[in-house]
Amino acid sequence: MKNKMIYGVTGIFDTPDEIISAAKQVKAIGFERFDVHTPYPIHGMPKAMKLGASPLGYFALVFGLTGAFAAFALMTYLMGYNYPLIISGKPFIPIPAFIPVTFEVTVLLASVGTVLAMLFLLFKFPNNSHPLHDTEYIKRVSSDKFGICIEAKDEKFREDEVIEFLKSIGAKHVEVIYYDNETLNFKVNIFEWKFVTFLVVSALVVSGATYIVLNKLMFASPFNWMMEQNRIDAQVESKFFGKDNFSMRVAPVGTVSRNSNQFKFSGQPELADAKLVNPLIPTEENLRKGMKKYDIYCSPCHGYHGLGDARLNGQFPNPPSLHSEKVRNWGDGHIFYVITEGQNSMPSYSSQLTNEEKWAIVLYVRALQRAMNAKEEDLK
Amino acid sequence: MTAINYQRKELPSIMLKTGVLLFLLGLIIALLGYAIDHERAAFNGVILLMFVMSVGLGSLFLIGLEYLVGADWSVSFRRIMEILAIVVFAVPVFSLPLFANLHTLFHWTHIEDVLKDPILKNKMPYLNEMFFSIRSTVAFVLMFIFWWLLAGRSFGQDSSPREDFRKVTVRISALFMPIFAIVLTIMAVDWLMSLEPHWFSTIFGVYYFAGTFSVALAVVTLFAIYLNENSYLGEGIGGDHYYNFGALLFAFTNFWAYIAFSQFLLIWYANLPEETFWYLHRWEGSWAVVSIGIIIIHFIVPYAVLLPQPAKSDPKRLKFIAWWLVFAHFYDLYWLVMPTYSSGGAVFGWMEIYPVLISLGTILILFYYFAKNKNLLPIGDPKLPKSINFHL
Ligand code: HEC
Repeated sequence: MKNKMIYGVTGIFDTPDEIISAAKQVKAIGFERFDVHTPYPIHGMPKAMKLGASPLGYFALVFGLTGAFAAFALMTYLMGYNYPLIISGKPFIPIPAFIPVTFEVTVLLASVGTVLAMLFLLFKFPNNSHPLHDTEYIKRVSSDKFGICIEAKDEKFREDEVIEFLKSIGAKHVEVIYYDNETLNFKVNIFEWKFVTFLVVSALVVSGATYIVLNKLMFASPFNWMMEQNRIDAQVESKFFGKDNFSMRVAPVGTVSRNSNQFKFSGQPELADAKLVNPLIPTEENLRKGMKKYDIYCSPCHGYHGLGDARLNGQFPNPPSLHSEKVRNWGDGHIFYVITEGQNSMPSYSSQLTNEEKWAIVLYVRALQRAMNAKEEDLK
Repeated sequence: MTAINYQRKELPSIMLKTGVLLFLLGLIIALLGYAIDHERAAFNGVILLMFVMSVGLGSLFLIGLEYLVGADWSVSFRRIMEILAIVVFAVPVFSLPLFANLHTLFHWTHIEDVLKDPILKNKMPYLNEMFFSIRSTVAFVLMFIFWWLLAGRSFGQDSSPREDFRKVTVRISALFMPIFAIVLTIMAVDWLMSLEPHWFSTIFGVYYFAGTFSVALAVVTLFAIYLNENSYLGEGIGGDHYYNFGALLFAFTNFWAYIAFSQFLLIWYANLPEETFWYLHRWEGSWAVVSIGIIIIHFIVPYAVLLPQPAKSDPKRLKFIAWWLVFAHFYDLYWLVMPTYSSGGAVFGWMEIYPVLISLGTILILFYYFAKNKNLLPIGDPKLPKSINFHL
């Protein structure tokens, strides 16, 4: 026994009243490092031991505030700056809508954080070899007895005196507890091969599982149900609407966009060429509008510069260049006519574009042509 | 268990004097108010009515709650609630001047306007003077009956305890709870919500209840601490009672905020003009300041004060926050009632003081007179010793 390190001295009592008075006396003598073990919580014990307030409340406060601020900041950043979305006509940073989430995250972090702090910081959780374990003392105080343990670390601790003292205040069974030498001399070695292998294996398992889940499992039935919806994708063959196998519907023949008048020169391109005058003047605003609409509606076939070299090249009859002698000599009305009525394999854009937009496109096409075939005077 | 050592002590006459002083002062202001601007005085009368009802009905609720959940700790100060609940008898008295001024208060009493207004016309079967008066009368009568059943019967127990008293009262409490909910909701809807008859909010009854609970508990806390500190409660109630007061006040501060915010959030989110205008009224001019103020006064301050654990059992801080919650309930009622009287901006003058003076005066006077010759501890209750020795 001599070569063992002493942990403390324990004494056992029979009734709750006895243990309360024992705790009071131990405290009165001036012991600081002692603990009481009872099979169930005893009213008035914290007072008898003169325990101060638990620090746990501060953990709850700090974690709670962290949760509140983090949730609020995250939502503000995401909804207000990173990916602003209008939701039911509310501002991008709708504070009332943030409050429930802020509240939830506050509660979540405060409760989880407090429990973890309690386990790991106050109970020193991973340390699972307490010297009191597997002693006669702990067996009895966890069934029907009440015990007190004065630790050797206490400044006032003298083994014999403490034993005598505990006996004098009525302890039934006084026992000296020693550290287990094996656990005391145990040194943690992080480079131990078992530990390292464990780390490597778990890293491999976790990353492998993650890879499989995110890249394979999510695309296998039944997890892919969200993706494999019973819907019709654009540009894909489908018999859903009828025999034409198109998934996209075309506006009924003769549909015009809102605010467009009926076209008076249907089937008469020459007349349109002669009679129609572009009502827009080439201001920067009109040209920009024309460019925008041209890039959306015309560029897929004609290309951004009207050369006929667009990204649909090869999948569709190649359109001719808009810089041909022919088109350059057309009047504005003729281009307007082609947009409105279509020409051979080029469809009509009447249902998508208003008259004003069409004229803006005409302006822009003219600008493109001018750019490709600049006159002497333009260069000056 | 230990026998209780209780010697009855009569309440100090200063309590009566203060009560009478407050009451008379309030009465003068009220009379002047009705003479000068009866409209404004009547609106303040609604605040008075609802505050007194909060305290009286809320105390009854606390008694019923104790029986129903079988609480031990509150037995030692149940007498305070039983005596306090007597103020329900003052509620009909305070409603009389309002009944005389129904036309001034309630837009829906103007039949010519109502007939022109399809919404109000459809609400006529409920919102008409006849049915309104019946509802209030029935509510008052129910309050009296349950005051007798829950509180009045208890005083006789001191001298001649009946064995089945608790059992019977528990049953009565169970019956009381739904009736309480209905009475309180009807009163809140009739006297507060129908001030703006176009508006509706299904959570409104609960909103008023949240205020009722916290103010009734605050008043009980104040009485319990003052009486206990001056040893009117025998050897006194221990520290853990205080902690419970604090914890409950804290809980119901949160409950109020939860309900108030729920009401606001749903209306704000749905953004329907027939609902939002009520909040928009409270956002016009200086009302916006009052509206922000209610968040601070009814939630942030009591929350911050009661958050630390020691605050919940420290009598000093408890007294402060209980007074504060009394003030908060007045503020809340002011915020509910007055925007109808003065839309566009808040008004506050000498007349707004009278509800406070009269209700505090009434509570003190009634408490003093009714507590005369009565024990302040329910010494006939077998649970009393256990309650006095209550530890968490
Ligand atoms: C779906 C592809 C496609 C789109 C989109 C398209 N076009 Fe065409 N466009 C063609 C084809 C193909 C022709 C040649 C038609 C023919 O064979 O006469 C053509 C011809 C023309 C012509 C006559 C050229 C000529 O030499 O006869 C003009 C002008 C024209 N397009 C302008 C436009 C404008 C302006 C737009 C945008 C509103 C547009 N196109 C959108 C495919 C398209």
